[in-house]
Amino acid sequence: MSIPVGSQDDKPAARVPTLSPGTRRMLASIGWSLVSLGLFAGMWEALWAIGAINPLLLPPPHMFFSDIARTLTFFDHKARMIGSQGGGSAIMGLLTTIGWTTFRVVAGLSIGFALGVLCGALIHYVRMFRNLVQPLILMLAPISPVAWLPVAIFVFGVGDVPAIFLVFVTVFFMIVLATVAQIASVPKNYLHVARIMGANERQTFWRVILPAILPSLFMTLRLNLFAAWMVVLIAESVGVGIGLGQITGMARATFNAKLVFFTMVIIGVLGFTFDWALRKIQQKMLWWVPPGQGAM
Amino acid sequence: MARPALSLRNVSKTWMPEGRSPVIALRDFDLDVAPGEFVVFLGPSGCGKSTLLYMIAGLEETTGGVIEQNGRVVTEPSAERGLIFQEASLFPWLTIADNVAFGLSIQGVLPQKRKEMAADILRSVGLGDMLDKKPDELSGGMRQRAACARALAMRPSVLMMDEPFAALDVQTRAKMQDFLLQIWRDSKASIILVTHSIDEAVSLADRVVVFTSRPGRVKTIVPIDLPRPRPTRDPRYHEYRDMFAELLADEVDRAFAEQETR
Ligand SMILES: Nc1ncnc2c1ncn2[C@@H]1O[C@H](COP(=O)(O)OP(=O)(O)OP(=O)(O)O)[C@@H](O)[C@H]1O
Ligand SMILES: [Mg+2]
Repeated sequence: MSIPVGSQDDKPAARVPTLSPGTRRMLASIGWSLVSLGLFAGMWEALWAIGAINPLLLPPPHMFFSDIARTLTFFDHKARMIGSQGGGSAIMGLLTTIGWTTFRVVAGLSIGFALGVLCGALIHYVRMFRNLVQPLILMLAPISPVAWLPVAIFVFGVGDVPAIFLVFVTVFFMIVLATVAQIASVPKNYLHVARIMGANERQTFWRVILPAILPSLFMTLRLNLFAAWMVVLIAESVGVGIGLGQITGMARATFNAKLVFFTMVIIGVLGFTFDWALRKIQQKMLWWVPPGQGAM
Repeated sequence: MARPALSLRNVSKTWMPEGRSPVIALRDFDLDVAPGEFVVFLGPSGCGKSTLLYMIAGLEETTGGVIEQNGRVVTEPSAERGLIFQEASLFPWLTIADNVAFGLSIQGVLPQKRKEMAADILRSVGLGDMLDKKPDELSGGMRQRAACARALAMRPSVLMMDEPFAALDVQTRAKMQDFLLQIWRDSKASIILVTHSIDEAVSLADRVVVFTSRPGRVKTIVPIDLPRPRPTRDPRYHEYRDMFAELLADEVDRAFAEQETR
């Protein structure tokens, strides 16, 4: 640190060309993620090395990664059916599996978000709707998605719809409640300004209330993203066709610990990637929220 | 006095908070504000100054009496009567220029036109190079000036301010008072300023309206008979100050006494 002398706006002497602060921050965060993962994996490996854990039940990372070719065959639908081997189609199988699960998560989450925000806004604006619907929502909200599973299957049969429905049910109530709470907490002065400027209800909603609650809505969406990934596996493990949950179900049935952990890694990476993508969208869309605020 | 810009007749407000006993905030408040007049509201805390501003703005309903602007009864908010809060309350999701243009866009002014108008107004309040900044990139004083610009963009004939400089430091405050006098002269609007600062009242007002403690009524109205800029060394300036200090102390004593007998 140098002691500042002279005028305030003296530019600091040109530094050695270095990375921009943004890039540096990103590299640092990637670095720490790797360290964090490495520590965890290292501890696991160490426990295995000193013989503290049974590799059949808790195979350390190097084991379930080294056996990747065999593990992958489980993802290949046709191979599993017919019993043939094939590297290329195994990768394709993995991607297809990921694709289906991702589709269900995205579909359930999007529908849940759109309807949740709509429902929250209606509760705020339409007294009749509030009186009729709010108690119901408060009663349904604490019910575990697992309890909805049989309902989903009774109503929709097996297939994609019950899985999407389960994701929807998981996120919907939280999003409704969050929307209602956030609309109620919009600073009064914002609404006063809108009224003084002559904005009608519609304009006030789209141009004041919505942007005011958007940052916290996004946060709610991100938190629910994790819940969605958790619950989609439950739905898939009871048989809706191809999906990661079906793989873990099968792994459990066949005591294949390597497959379990491999799938867990995939889900972790997927969840992380999705959260990262949402965060990027958030930064673009919510340009006014300073980074570091609202857990960006 | 020519026709008043604003006239309050027997204005009363009783708050009915849910689950608590009613609060009589104002009772039979009478006041006329002339066009282009600078009026300062001075009164003990809780005597209903903010409540009165909100009612003049049309944001709250009166529970008695009539408020008229240029002979028309006030029933709802209008950009004719601007209101500025203690916090600037700029929308954080809009740039400074877009904040100032917000009201214009609600009124349907075309984008190009309102951009020019916003830029003009911001230049006139000394924020010409802040157009594309976010509100939280500005200092408190700048934000408050931007809030003034937002209100001025609607060409209000009455501009109300609820302790607009209370959150600012002393130096910024002095600057903002000069700034306020300048926009008052330029806009020719009537200004109603609520403040707790006796100095602010004596430095700025044509007339100071002193409130009684709750329920708020007009205790007395004092015209400040000094040239502008106010001669702070003039003995008369200090006489005014002492007088207001006494008037306020009276009311605060009364409020305390009342609380004790309850
Ligand atoms: N929305 C409200 N609901 C119920 N009571 C209210 C409400 N707003 C204000 N009051 C009450 O009305 C009285 C006057 O409040 P007001 O805010 O107008 O006072 P004030 O003169 O602006 O005070 P201060 O100088 O502290 O800002 C207070 O007793 C307050 O508690
Ligand atoms: Mg007040």
